[in-house]
Amino acid sequence: MAEDGRDELLGTDGDSEPLVAGRSLRNKGVEQGCSLLRRMEICVAEAEKRSGRNTVNMQEIFTVYLIETRSMEAVSEGHNSAPDSLWRRYSEFELLRSYLIVTYPHVVVAPLPEKRAEFVWHKLSADNMDPDFVERRRVGLENFLVRVASHSVLSNDKILYHFLTEEHGWREVVYETGFQAKAESRLRALSATFRVRNTDKRFMDMKHYSDELQSHTSQLLRARARVADRLYGVFKVHGNYGRVFSEWSAIEKEMGDGLQSAGHHMDAYAASIDDILEEEEHYADQLKEYLSYAEALRAVCRKHELTQFELEMASQDLISKKQQREELATGIVRTFSFKGMTNKLFGQEAPEQREARLKLLEELIAEGEDTVKEKTVECQEHVERAWVDMQRFEEQKDKDLREALINYAVMQISMCKKGIQVWSNAKECFIKM
Amino acid sequence: MSGQTVPVDYSGHMLDLDEDEDLEVFSKKAPVADGNPMPNSPSSMVNQFRLEEDEPQDVNAKDLFITVDNPESHITAIETFIMYRVLTKTTRSEFDSSEYEVHRRYQDFLWLRSRLEETHPTLIVHPLPEKFVMKGMVERFNDDFIHTRRKALHRFLNKISEHPILSYNQHFKVFLTAEELTSHRKQGPGFLSRMGETVRAVANTVRGLKSRPEEFAAMQEYVDDFSNKICTVDKVTQRIIKEEREYLDELKQYGPMYGQWAESEGNLAEPLKAVASCVERCGKETEEHAHHLSEVLVPTLHEYILCAETLKAVMRRRDHIQAEFEAKNEALASRKSEQEALQEEVDGLSDRMEGSNEALKGDWFRWKAGMRTDLKSAFVSSAEKNVDYYEKCLAVWESFLLSQRAESSDQQDGEDVS
Repeated sequence: MAEDGRDELLGTDGDSEPLVAGRSLRNKGVEQGCSLLRRMEICVAEAEKRSGRNTVNMQEIFTVYLIETRSMEAVSEGHNSAPDSLWRRYSEFELLRSYLIVTYPHVVVAPLPEKRAEFVWHKLSADNMDPDFVERRRVGLENFLVRVASHSVLSNDKILYHFLTEEHGWREVVYETGFQAKAESRLRALSATFRVRNTDKRFMDMKHYSDELQSHTSQLLRARARVADRLYGVFKVHGNYGRVFSEWSAIEKEMGDGLQSAGHHMDAYAASIDDILEEEEHYADQLKEYLSYAEALRAVCRKHELTQFELEMASQDLISKKQQREELATGIVRTFSFKGMTNKLFGQEAPEQREARLKLLEELIAEGEDTVKEKTVECQEHVERAWVDMQRFEEQKDKDLREALINYAVMQISMCKKGIQVWSNAKECFIKM
Repeated sequence: MSGQTVPVDYSGHMLDLDEDEDLEVFSKKAPVADGNPMPNSPSSMVNQFRLEEDEPQDVNAKDLFITVDNPESHITAIETFIMYRVLTKTTRSEFDSSEYEVHRRYQDFLWLRSRLEETHPTLIVHPLPEKFVMKGMVERFNDDFIHTRRKALHRFLNKISEHPILSYNQHFKVFLTAEELTSHRKQGPGFLSRMGETVRAVANTVRGLKSRPEEFAAMQEYVDDFSNKICTVDKVTQRIIKEEREYLDELKQYGPMYGQWAESEGNLAEPLKAVASCVERCGKETEEHAHHLSEVLVPTLHEYILCAETLKAVMRRRDHIQAEFEAKNEALASRKSEQEALQEEVDGLSDRMEGSNEALKGDWFRWKAGMRTDLKSAFVSSAEKNVDYYEKCLAVWESFLLSQRAESSDQQDGEDVS
C-alpha cells in the first residue's frame, strides 16, 4: 500500500532541512515527515487554451493550467528568480486524484473542481470554455493542490511531487505504479456493503452523515441557483425604468433633469447584479467542494466495509477449513459435503488419499491463518488511520463552511450597501424633479 | 360657470397635498405636513380667501376637508353594492353647516364627475377609479378592490375640493351635503343629450379642425407622449412587483434548507440556523417592499394613466368647441340671409371658444404642477422605501457577522453569546 507508511510516525512537525530549489529537490529525494506545503509554494497561475489530437486522433481544444512552484527557501531569501512551472490539463489532475484515492484509502482526499458547470442559473454560462468558468476552475485546482500538499500523509507522496515538478512522462510513471490494479471493483465494494456483518458504528454513522451532507448541499445549491435567477430578473427589470425615464425626460421641462439622472441610476442598479452574482459563485464553489467531499468521505467508509468484509470472509473460510479437518480426522461428518455423500454411498476412501487430503487442508489452514492475520491488520490499520483522518476532515469542514457562511454574509452586506447607495442617489434625483 | 377664468400660472400657489391621504384627516394626531391644525369651528379659522380673478389663493387657507371611509355592503333584492361614508368639514359660507355626513355609492361619484365635466368641459376634472379591474378579478367586492377604490374615491374628492373653480360647483356641494342624491340626479342633461355630444365630438375629430392653435397642438403632443410614458412606467412597476414576489417564493424555500442541514451538523448547526433566520427576515422585508410599491407607487401611476385619458377627452372637447365656432363662422360667410341672427350666434360661439381655451390653459398649468408634485412624491417615497429595505437587510446580516465573531472569541471560554 502506501510506500511511506513510516512517515506518519515521524509526525508533521519536523523542521525542514535547508533545501535547494528545483530539480535537486527531486534528486535528493522527498523529505519525509513534513507537509510539502511548508517547503514549497504552490499555485495554479494561469489557464490557456491548447489544441491537439486526442486518443481517437480527433482535433480538440482543451485548457491547460500553469502550475508554479517555488521552494520556501527561495521565497524567504527574497530571491526574485522565476518559479518553476509546468502545464497540466484537467485530466491529469483527475489521474493524480484517482491514484491518491487508491493508494491512500484511509484519507478523505480533497475533491477536484467540477468537470462541467452544474447548478447553473440561467444567465450563467454552462460552457466549459467560458472564461469565468475557467477562472473558477483554476482557483479550484489550486485549492486542490494546496489541500493535498498540506495533508500530513499525502504530501509525502512521490507521485504528487513528480506531478508538481516534472512535466513530461508523468503519466507513464503513474501507470507504472500499477495503482489501477489495486482499485476496487464496484461490484466487490457493493457486495461488501450488503453482506458485511460487524461494522464499526462510528464508520456507519459517518457514512450516514456523508449522505446527509451530500443531500443538503446539493439541495441548497439548487435552491440558491433559483434564487439567483429570480434576483437577476428583479434587478434587470429596473433597466426599463432607465429607458422610459430617459424618454420621458425629453418631453418635460422642470421634471426633465431629475428624471434623466434618476434613469441613469436605474441603469446602474440593473447592471450591478452581474458582478454581485458572479461573486456569489465563489460561495457556491465552496459548497460544491463539500458536496464532492461527501463522496470522498463515503469512499473511506466503504473501504472499511470492504476490509471488514474481507476479514469476515477470510475468518469464515478458515473456520470452515478447520471444520473439514476435524471431520476428516474424526470421521464424524457434521457438515454436508459431496465427498461425504459419495463416501457413504460408495465406501470410504483409501487411507493414503485421506492423508493427502489432510495434508493439503493443513497447508490451506496455515495459509488461511496468515490471511486472517493480514486482513485483521489491514482492517485494524484502516480503522485507526481513517478515524484520525475523518476527525481531521470534520474539523476542517466545520472551519471552512463556517467561513463560507461568513463570506456569504459579507457578500450580502456588500450588495445591501450598493443598494443603499444607488437608491439614495435616485432619491436625490427624484427630489430634484 | 364656464365663463369664469382661472389665473394662468398656478404653479407657485399650489395647495399643500397631504402625504398620508388615505389616513383620515380627522385622526387624533396632527397632520404631518405643515402643522395646520384641524379647524374645529368656523371661528377658529383665521383667514379665508375666496378665489378672485387676480388674487392668488392662500396656500394655508384650505377650508374644505373631505374623507371617504367606512365601505359597507348594501344588499337589496335587485343588486349588491357598496356604500361609502363621505365626511365633510368646512368653514365656507356657502355651506349652511360646518359638518356633513352622507353616504354615497360609486354611481353617485360617476354622476358628480359627469356633471362637473358638462359644466366645465375644458377644465381637467380628476378621474375616478375604473368601474372594474380587468384581470385577476374573481369577486367584484373583494377587500383589496374595495380598499383601492376607497382610496381613489377619497383622492378624487380631495382633488376636486382643491380646485379653485370646481370646488365651488353646485353639484359638488349637493354631492357633499344632500341626504338623498337620487332626486338631484334626475335633474340635469339626460343620457341622450350626453350621447349626442359624444357623437358630435367624435365626428369632429374625424373631420379634423382647420388649424389648432400652436399651444394646443403642443399640448396634444405632450398628452400623447405622456400617456405612453406613464403607461410604460406602470407596466415596469407591475413587472417589478411580480418578479419580487417570485423571488420571495424562492427565498421561502431556500432559507429553511439551512435549518434542515443544521439538524445533521454539530458545530456547524448554530451558524447554519443563524443564516436560515437571516434569509427569513430578509424575505419579510422583501414582502413589505413589494407591498409598499403596490400601495404607494402603483395607485399614483394608475391615477395618472387615467388622467392622461381625461386630458385627451378635454382636448377633444376643446377641439369640438372650436369646430362648432368655425362651422358657424363659415355658414355666416356663405349665407346671405339671416346675417344678424347668425352673427349673434357666431359671436356667442366665439366667446365660448375664447373662454374654453383660457380655462384650459389655466387649468393646464395647475394640472402639470399637481402631476409633478404627486409623481415626485410617489417616486421619492419608493426610493426611500428601497433605501429602507436595504438598510434593514444590512442590519440583519451584520448582526449575523457579529454573532459569529462573538462565537469564535468566546469559544475558549465556553460561554454562549447570542
